[in-house]
Amino acid sequence: MKNIFSSRTGIIIVGAIIGIGAALLQYLGNPGNMGICVACFERDIAGALGLHRAGIVQYLRPEIMGFVLGAFAAALFAGEYKPRGGSAPLVRFFLGMFAMIGALVFLGCPWRMLLRLAGGDGNAILGILGLVFGIFIGVQFLKRGFTLGRSYTQAKATGWIMPGFMLALFLLLVFNVQFAEGGPIFSSVEGPGSKHAPIFVSIIAGLIIGTLAQRSRFCTMGAFRDAMMTKDFHLISGVGALLLFAFLANLIFGQFNAGFEGQPIAHTNHVWNFLSMTLAGLAFALAGGCPGRQLFMSGEGDLDAGVFVIGMITGAAFAHNFSLASSPKGVAAFGPIAVIIGLVFCLVIGFTMLQKAK
Amino acid sequence: MVEVDVKGLSCPIPVVKTKQAMENNPKDTITVILDSNVSRENISRLAESKKYSVKVEQISGEESKLILTPPA
Repeated sequence: MKNIFSSRTGIIIVGAIIGIGAALLQYLGNPGNMGICVACFERDIAGALGLHRAGIVQYLRPEIMGFVLGAFAAALFAGEYKPRGGSAPLVRFFLGMFAMIGALVFLGCPWRMLLRLAGGDGNAILGILGLVFGIFIGVQFLKRGFTLGRSYTQAKATGWIMPGFMLALFLLLVFNVQFAEGGPIFSSVEGPGSKHAPIFVSIIAGLIIGTLAQRSRFCTMGAFRDAMMTKDFHLISGVGALLLFAFLANLIFGQFNAGFEGQPIAHTNHVWNFLSMTLAGLAFALAGGCPGRQLFMSGEGDLDAGVFVIGMITGAAFAHNFSLASSPKGVAAFGPIAVIIGLVFCLVIGFTMLQKAK
Repeated sequence: MVEVDVKGLSCPIPVVKTKQAMENNPKDTITVILDSNVSRENISRLAESKKYSVKVEQISGEESKLILTPPA
């Protein structure tokens, strides 16, 4: 069966839909330059569950649930639902943790990095340079035989765990469940966590993007990796479309505002904007997918991608409990040291998991 | 005939392994055994960009074989 979404035209259309969708979600209430941010939204989910207690970033973001459930449905429909796992899960958990810490020092995953640029935030340029540098390091490992090893087919039911978890989160949100007075479930009354599009808009947007991304294999990290490693510009044409169409939509919605200072949920520390995304890029490259792609794969039944996602949510909890996550005021006390520890971890993993080509 | 088994390996390792096999054996036909549509799409794209002809053979339910023949 020919998959039209995996064609060049297909990936460009998907990128454009994500770009416009993100700008629209922001217009309908999501935070500034954060129509979609996988890292930030997983962080908000961690907060809503009380895994961290930063009061301004707590909300069960339906977009994330939509991503997994949409990918799950698309995979089932296309005969690509295939539970598999066992490829270095604990390594992936820690890669997810450190990727999240990197993203929260920068204040955004690669998706939000693109959306920040499309909204005029010049600080995103440092993030992009850092991300590309991190992926470049990852490519050097890949070329020398880096692999997390084979995964194996797992029981059919195991692939339901992540979609089931996401469905449960969605139900907790819809029925506004409270386990104790004042939460959990926590929900921000001020700050970024309090800004969100209506639930039904968010979940539908998430489902659509989840479905399209599963079919098209959209991946922001893979885009830069393939361009550098095999001169394959397929995925990056989707990323380019996302950037272009988000920019155009921002112009139309009056959401474009160029500059470095005073950008929404951003800081101007160039060194750590660069190095934090170097860490994120390297961790995503070693784990084989950007945070969005990890969600989509977890919906297809990839248990290892699910472990990566849980690692990211855990990383978000650490980031806010341990003063690692940045704020618009700047980098937090222990953010830089955590980024350095993460980089060392990724380099050790990179050097120790090389397999000689046969 | 060079055989590359990428079953259970996730993106981009199958592409890396196939590319290495092509570079080390530029005149040989390369057979790739795989079990995911994503790998099949990615490897087909790599092969087509290098002007290889691509033939798909189904082995069993999930496994298939890509036969990549270099340009004459």
